[in-house]
Amino acid sequence: MSILSGIFSPYNLLLMLGGTVFGMFCGALPGLTATMAVALLVPFTFTMNPTSGLITLGAIYGGAIYGGSFSAILVNAPGTPSSIGTTFDGYPMAKKGEGYRAIVTATIGSVFGGIFGTLVLIFMAPPLAIWSLNFGPTEFFWVAVFGMTIISSVEQKAILKSMIGGLLGMLVSTIGIAPVGGEARFTFGFPALMGGLQLVVALIGFFCIPEMMNMVGGGLKSMSAITAKKQRGVFWETVKDIFGRMWGNLLRSSVIGTITGILPGAGGSIANLIAYNEAKRVSKHPEKFGTGIVDGVLATETANNAVVGAGMIPLFTLGIPGAPPDAVILAALVMMGLRPGAELFSGQLANITYTFMYSMIVANIMMMFIGIWGGQSLYKVTSRLPVRYLAASVFFLTIVGSFAIRNSVFDVYAMVLCGLIGYVLLQLKFHPAPFVLGLILGPIIEEGFVQTILMATGTKQPWMAFFNRPLSIILIVMCLLSAFWPLIANTIHQFKQKGVAVNERA
Amino acid sequence: MKGMKNKVKSKFWLLVVVVFLIMSLAGVNAAAKFPNKPITYVIPFAVGGESDITARLQQKYLEEILGVKVLIINKPGGGGALGWAECAAGKPDGYTVTGCNLPHTIVQPMESKDIGYQTDSLNLVYYFQNTPNVLAVPKDSPYNTLADFIKAAKEKPLNLGGSASNSANHLGVLQLNKVAKVKITYIPFSGTGTAVPALLGKHVAGLMTYTTVGVNYAKEIKVLAVATEKRWGAWPDVPTFKEQGFNVVEGAYRGVAVPPGTPPAVMKVLEDAFEKVNRNPEFVKKMEEMGFIMENYGVRASKKLVAEGKKHYSDLLTELLNKK
Repeated sequence: MSILSGIFSPYNLLLMLGGTVFGMFCGALPGLTATMAVALLVPFTFTMNPTSGLITLGAIYGGAIYGGSFSAILVNAPGTPSSIGTTFDGYPMAKKGEGYRAIVTATIGSVFGGIFGTLVLIFMAPPLAIWSLNFGPTEFFWVAVFGMTIISSVEQKAILKSMIGGLLGMLVSTIGIAPVGGEARFTFGFPALMGGLQLVVALIGFFCIPEMMNMVGGGLKSMSAITAKKQRGVFWETVKDIFGRMWGNLLRSSVIGTITGILPGAGGSIANLIAYNEAKRVSKHPEKFGTGIVDGVLATETANNAVVGAGMIPLFTLGIPGAPPDAVILAALVMMGLRPGAELFSGQLANITYTFMYSMIVANIMMMFIGIWGGQSLYKVTSRLPVRYLAASVFFLTIVGSFAIRNSVFDVYAMVLCGLIGYVLLQLKFHPAPFVLGLILGPIIEEGFVQTILMATGTKQPWMAFFNRPLSIILIVMCLLSAFWPLIANTIHQFKQKGVAVNERA
Repeated sequence: MKGMKNKVKSKFWLLVVVVFLIMSLAGVNAAAKFPNKPITYVIPFAVGGESDITARLQQKYLEEILGVKVLIINKPGGGGALGWAECAAGKPDGYTVTGCNLPHTIVQPMESKDIGYQTDSLNLVYYFQNTPNVLAVPKDSPYNTLADFIKAAKEKPLNLGGSASNSANHLGVLQLNKVAKVKITYIPFSGTGTAVPALLGKHVAGLMTYTTVGVNYAKEIKVLAVATEKRWGAWPDVPTFKEQGFNVVEGAYRGVAVPPGTPPAVMKVLEDAFEKVNRNPEFVKKMEEMGFIMENYGVRASKKLVAEGKKHYSDLLTELLNKK
């Protein structure tokens, strides 16, 4: 009973509301990530009791991951790395005048995924955390390789270009201090490059800047050339659509997000892309993905919010962050004197823990209302704003955002450079996603690879270390299927065609 | 006529002298008033790490003592090198202090010529804590003592995970290999956050990690040895490496530095402030609970500490470089 009174106390409800709005705001600004949003308010939580502090941080985190969809949809800039995939279909939808529908989809998906991940956290945390320990360096290597195979389905007609992009991304990810060995690579004497190319800088540079330049150069008066459709009907239409035929997508994406969240380190940035890939793979009309359909946005936003709850599973049970923002929450827990482990789930501390977790469900529901109402106004504003004001404001925000990452002017210059290169690549019809994927996964692949080899020191055939664990084998099979799916799908398709032809002749 | 001109002239010079005196007084006042605007505390690591948590705990005490706001900014990059390079080139007015660590700041410039700073260009104010290395294995590991572990290491290839390359963890393993005459492979992880699951999932045989990890995961791991001169008060039952016959004394020190050329008077104010925080019983209790060992190296003592460290690590590193 005290849990309910804790959740619904006016103070905590207000914190949930404030946290969600603040999180959404940070998430929507390209350059400010969920991790930053949580980190910014951690000092404030020290003045609160632990329950309220955690409730605030949880609300901010969820809000930020959801908020990332707004800028992804409206200006093709992933607000956080977790919304990269939302740009694939969200932005095309906005260009077609369906931006509000995309926002509604993102909202429903985020709320569903968020609640799903939180429920798994509440009811299945301990056993799942133990299971996640089976993933060691070798498994992380294969998971990251699996992530790279998504490239093959992003642009099926230009696989070569995607592969070049992906490998280039991996190459650029090596800039900085090597994870093993500690030597500086490709820094050209710039101390600022020792941290490598920041992901957010690349995201803004490659996704947002080229599109804005395109818009300005294209002579569009404002974003939606078509007058936005009547908004009131859109909401219920989309709800019926999603819960009518897209249950599979909702559940599958939630599961993908949950599993990715449980694995320490990987987070929403990978989850949304895997979910997108899977949705496209099992769809009856995969060629429509990328042109602006609801399915794409639903998959990415559901998965990334499922990560929020699931990432806390290893955090609360083992003290291991499941995703980057969880590292900040871990610091907050430590400062509050809450030691992760079994004690958090029993005794007097259980009250704090469970109040917090159940409150995340309430926060998600709040997100729904804020999102629908706020999204409508936001969409109206951005779609009717003359392009010259919109682009100028966005450019301004990108500078603020890239500086905010680590208070470095160098990052701003890097962002501008990426933007120019990205514009050229856009004209050459290179999709930015493979490059960014390589940038994210490169370090994970490298670390997993080198660690596995090191762990196998002294054995007769070190290379066998990659293949001699059951979990690795399963992952390898998944990689092969994913990499060669276009080929496999084609063959099956042709088989079916032949069958039809035979039948017709007979 | 000439007389009048002389009178004006001398009055003019009197005015100049008076103004000059007033200005110099004001200058003296300004120095005496340090600090009179907010101080920035730069942490060259990501939010949530040991350096970051320490700084956030120190923050409120520092604000009380210094009477100004203390703003914490994280500037991660290059394992700390980015923040230290900026410190070495920063404005020496005392309004920016940068968290610094040993052995990182000694070993990094030795390893890379263009890391952006030299060990001695970090003007040390205070070293306030230390997390010694510990050798940890899972609770149900077959090894119950350090001797067990070393014996096994002589028979088959064993590995120890730890945080980062060229860190106290890494150097600790190298030192152990040297004195125990074994060849344990060190597996660097990007941080304690990724090393611990690897240990719990039995992907590595053990970890050479910090006391803070031993405290945080006390239920799931057992610590076989602590790399200090004498046994650690918080764990009276855990033997040191030294008493078991292996001279391994190693750990990570954390402190703050300012850019070179900062006036000694300003540095004294900062040194006193950090000293006061470090002696505050409430603060000490919190830090020790988390596994930190308090140290109290002021400006002069820090210089000596670093000089000793340089000698020690350059010997050890010649081995590292030879290995490559």
